[in-house]
This record gives sequence, C-alpha cells and structure tokens, in this order.
Amino acid sequence: MTSTVTKSATREAYGQVLVELGREDPNIVVLGGDLNKSTGTWAFAQQFPERFFDLGAAEQNIMGIAAGLASAGKTVFASTFAVFGTGRPYDQIRLSIAQPGLNVKIVVTHAGIITGEDGMSAQSIEDIALMCALPTFTVVVPADAPETAAAVREAARTQGPWYIRLGRPATPVVHQDGYRFHLGRAEQLKGGSDVTVIACGVMVSAALEAAEVLEGQGVRCRVLNMATLKPTDEEAIIRAAKETGALVTAEEHYIHGGLNSIVCQAVGRLCPVPVEPVALTRYAESGDPSGLLRKYGLTAEDVVAAVRRALSRRG
Amino acid sequence: MTNVKHAGAGGKQPATTAASATPAEVSVSPGHARRAEELAERDLKQVARTLRRNILVSIAAAGSGHPGGSLSAVETLVALYYKVMRHDPSNPRWPERDRFVLSKGHAAPVLYAVLADCGYFPPQELLTLRKLDSRLQGHAHIMTPGVEMSAGSLGQGLSFGIGQALAARIDGRAYRVYVLLGDGECDEGQVWEAAMSAAHYRLDNLVAVVDRNRIQNDRFTSEVMELEPLAEKWRAFGWSVEEVDGHSIRDILLALKQAQGVKGKPSCIIAHTVKGKGVSFMENNPAFHGKAPTREELRQALEELGV
Repeated sequence: MTSTVTKSATREAYGQVLVELGREDPNIVVLGGDLNKSTGTWAFAQQFPERFFDLGAAEQNIMGIAAGLASAGKTVFASTFAVFGTGRPYDQIRLSIAQPGLNVKIVVTHAGIITGEDGMSAQSIEDIALMCALPTFTVVVPADAPETAAAVREAARTQGPWYIRLGRPATPVVHQDGYRFHLGRAEQLKGGSDVTVIACGVMVSAALEAAEVLEGQGVRCRVLNMATLKPTDEEAIIRAAKETGALVTAEEHYIHGGLNSIVCQAVGRLCPVPVEPVALTRYAESGDPSGLLRKYGLTAEDVVAAVRRALSRRG
Repeated sequence: MTNVKHAGAGGKQPATTAASATPAEVSVSPGHARRAEELAERDLKQVARTLRRNILVSIAAAGSGHPGGSLSAVETLVALYYKVMRHDPSNPRWPERDRFVLSKGHAAPVLYAVLADCGYFPPQELLTLRKLDSRLQGHAHIMTPGVEMSAGSLGQGLSFGIGQALAARIDGRAYRVYVLLGDGECDEGQVWEAAMSAAHYRLDNLVAVVDRNRIQNDRFTSEVMELEPLAEKWRAFGWSVEEVDGHSIRDILLALKQAQGVKGKPSCIIAHTVKGKGVSFMENNPAFHGKAPTREELRQALEELGV
C-alpha cells in the first residue's frame, strides 16, 4: 500500500530553506565540520561564504564558536551528523550553549538506524535523550521534508537553543508543501477514539500506515505527530489518554529517554493508562534502512502489534 | 592604546564594611577605577594589591574557591581592564566593547574583583561570592554584569572567543577579543582545535593569554602533563607568540601593544607567573589551587599585602 508514497530527504529540505533564510536574514551564520556536502549546508556555504565557517572534524570547537557568535548577536546554525553533534561535544553544548541559553540551532542529519550501512557507530539512537536533558533546549524531530522546512524557519525566528533531528535517506512525505509548524503542539493527523499512536520522525508515516490497517480491522486509531518533544504538549497526551484510554509511542530512538519516556512521564503523573512502546532496545548494525527497520522492530506491523497489546492491557 | 571609556563608579564609593559581626579585615577595599590616563604604573601596582585583597577576602567569606590561579592572573587583568580594553561598566553589552573571555572559569574571583573595582557592580557584592541568591557564581557565568562567557569546564573559552572575533569580522566592528587560559587548561584537546582554527581564519583581532603559573589542580604541570615547549606549540599552530613576566604590568602592556600590530594571525602571550602571587605561603604551593584561606591565614595574607 505504500508503493505510491512520495519520498524526500529531510536534510535536502534543510539545505534549501537555509539558503532562503540566508537571503532573508543577514544575521544568520552557518557552521559545519567537514560534512557539509552531506548535511545540506554546502549550498549556503557557496552562496554566503562570508557567513559560513568550516571548522573541520572538530566538533567541540564548533559548539564553542557557535556560542561566541551567538553571544555577539548572530543566529547560528551548526550542522554535522547526529552522533558528532550531540554526544561528542556534549559538555561544550551544555556549558557554552545550554547554560547561558544562547541562540544556537544544532541541526543534525544522519540520525537513527536508517543511517544504515555505516553501522552502529554512525547510528545515533541516544541523541534525543541527551538533548532533552538540557533544560534550556527546544527539541524537534520533524516527520518529513515539509515539516523540516517549517521547523527550521520557526527556529530561525525564535530565540534560544534548539536541536533539530534529521535523517539521511529519503523518507515518506506526510505533509503538504506550505504546511504550518506549531512549536510545542502535537499535530493530530488522524482522528480516532479507541487508541492513540503518538509518533515522531520517520515513525509518523509508519503510524499512519498502521492506523489504516487497524481501521480495516475495526479499530479507530488516533495518530499524533509529536514533532516537538520539548516543550512537551502534555495537554494533547493527556487528552488522548482520557479519550482513547490506551497509548502507543513510536520512535526511531532508544527506548530510554526519548518519546516513550516523555509520554510516560506525563501519563504517569496526570492520567495513568497503558502505554506500549515501539522503540529500539539495543544497538543495531550495518544494513539497508528498510531491512534495519524490519529487523529492529520499527515497522507499521510493529505499531499494529503494539496497539493490540495496549488494547488488551486496557481490557 | 585606547582608554577605558568610562571611569567606573567604584572609585567614588565609600569604603564598604560587611555586616557588623564581621571583623574589619574581611571587608573589601573600595574601588580604584579611574580614568586610565590618570593611572601611573605606581597606581596600577596599588590597584593590583587591592584586587589581591578583595580576591582573598571574597574567597575567605565564601569558605571555598580558587585563590592560586586568581592571584597569578591579577596583573594581566589590570593591564587589560585599566589600560588596554575599551569597555563601559555602565553599559556591559556595549556592542563595540573589547571582549575579555575568562576561559579558566575557576579564577572567577579575580574577574569579579576587577569588575567590581571598575564599577560593573558594587564592591560589597564580592562578599556574596558562591552564596545562595548571589550573582557571583562559583565559576564565572553570564548572569554577572561584565562576564562574557559561562565557564567552568576547562578548554572552552578560546573557541568562544573565536566566535566573537568572527562576528566582529562579519559585522565590520573594530573590537578585539582577549581570552585568558590556564596552563593546565592546555591539556584539553579543544584548546588545540581552537588554536588551529583561529590561525586558519587569520584572526588578528584575537589574543590568547596563557597564565603560565606551572601548577594545576593536583600538582605541578610538569608532573601531571608536560606542556613544554609551550611557546613552540603555539607557534607551530600558526600564532604570533610572546613570552613575558606575567607580574610586570609594563611587560604585559608591551606585549599587548605588540599584538595589536600583528596582522594576519592571532597572538598568544605566555605570561610566566607565580601561582598564589603576593602571599608567601600560597606562592608556588599546589595546596592553594582550590582552597580558601582560614581566618588566620587571611589575616596573615592581608598583613603581607599591606592593604
């Protein structure tokens, strides 16, 4: 049923919108670390060389320089792969950017296991947990290319440190062009009263596919796109818990510290209901993206199975 | 050399005494900030003595802190804040100001003493160092007026300074950026990432001063991690390097002036200093890297300083 789905890479959308923003706002500065032809920042580098700095494979230095530029009033976009833009310079992000709350947008690509053949060292599955643990950070995981473009524009408009998580391969498009991103608000993509799937990133399209399958089986499944993980739309989570009585979370991230943890934190405090996770429970391996998603349990079928478990627990 | 733009209010304030229960010797001394051209070398030495007093008094009042590396950096900050940098204590975010970045954030007491003396905040606030609800955090943080960067985890200030120097270039502003690093701090790999990139981008509006006091947290730097040949390392990374007696304000000023003439590359000044300078039992004593003086030690230290 997904054969007609349009696919597009979020990092390409990022590269395009960055050039537009560069044209509109002379205050935008972009930093990269020898991966600019992969992250999408290369086009900005070509058009605005005086506002682009390649710092080489030196991510600690990138984050520190980003902080210094931001303290002098610049809106800074710093981009590299997810593993190199989070865990590697984490202390620099914490001290130089998060604690003073500076206006730095860390936009990473090649996140999650769909990075694929490069293997587990390149597959960032811990980054959402790391970035959500920084009190001043806004954390956004766009579902597709149009949402990426809209979220990056919102980041440029908004003061303060942001983390935006993008992927490597082309992934299904669920939004129309011109889609409006609402920071901190979960987006209801499909109505339903029996169960709710809350998803982010590449798992949003899997959740929609699962909901369609469930619909055929008589289960009315609500689907929420939780693109903003922080600040969290607790109201939408609690409404879903109250109105549907059972939740499933779906994320391409380790089960600890990501979307499942965030949803359980809200539900446990305000409206306890069954919450079933679809998430990674271990490090993965080299392989093609779709094969990896199958082997590590991140497909629409896995979402359907989780919904069945959640419904049976609700009784 | 450019003058301090604004004569700080500190000099006009009356001597401050702490709460009545506090003995006279733990009061901070009144500020000295005056127009730079009025400050002869003799006066600057007096300023340095007063700053040392205020460093020790504030750390003693806090009951913890880092006196050794604060005392070793006094003359560097005096040269910068009283003679070289254009800054305005009444407008700490003045866009054209020269920037001072304290990378060795544990030496916050010397920066606080200078900022108070210049008039960024009242000197009596020094007695709130490290206490609840104070603006004077244990390691420098931007909540304090005049502090450019939140620091405390070593090795990060030079990168931050590079960011400010690049912003000056983009905006066509003439300000200069001065970063103070510790020598032990040069163990951190990020310092060398930053050093390489500053030379790559030919940042001649950037000066790094290394406080070469030869002692880090546990022991002497030569015992923990050999840094020498330090000057040659900086030169090899593409910097213009000068070595000076870091307790000679005149020598520091000469090196800073020379750095202003260097084009096409950043400048590094290795300031050879004595950790704990000015207090006999703290000098060259690793024990006073991160330990507050006792009441008796403070009394003796202030007696030696004669302020």
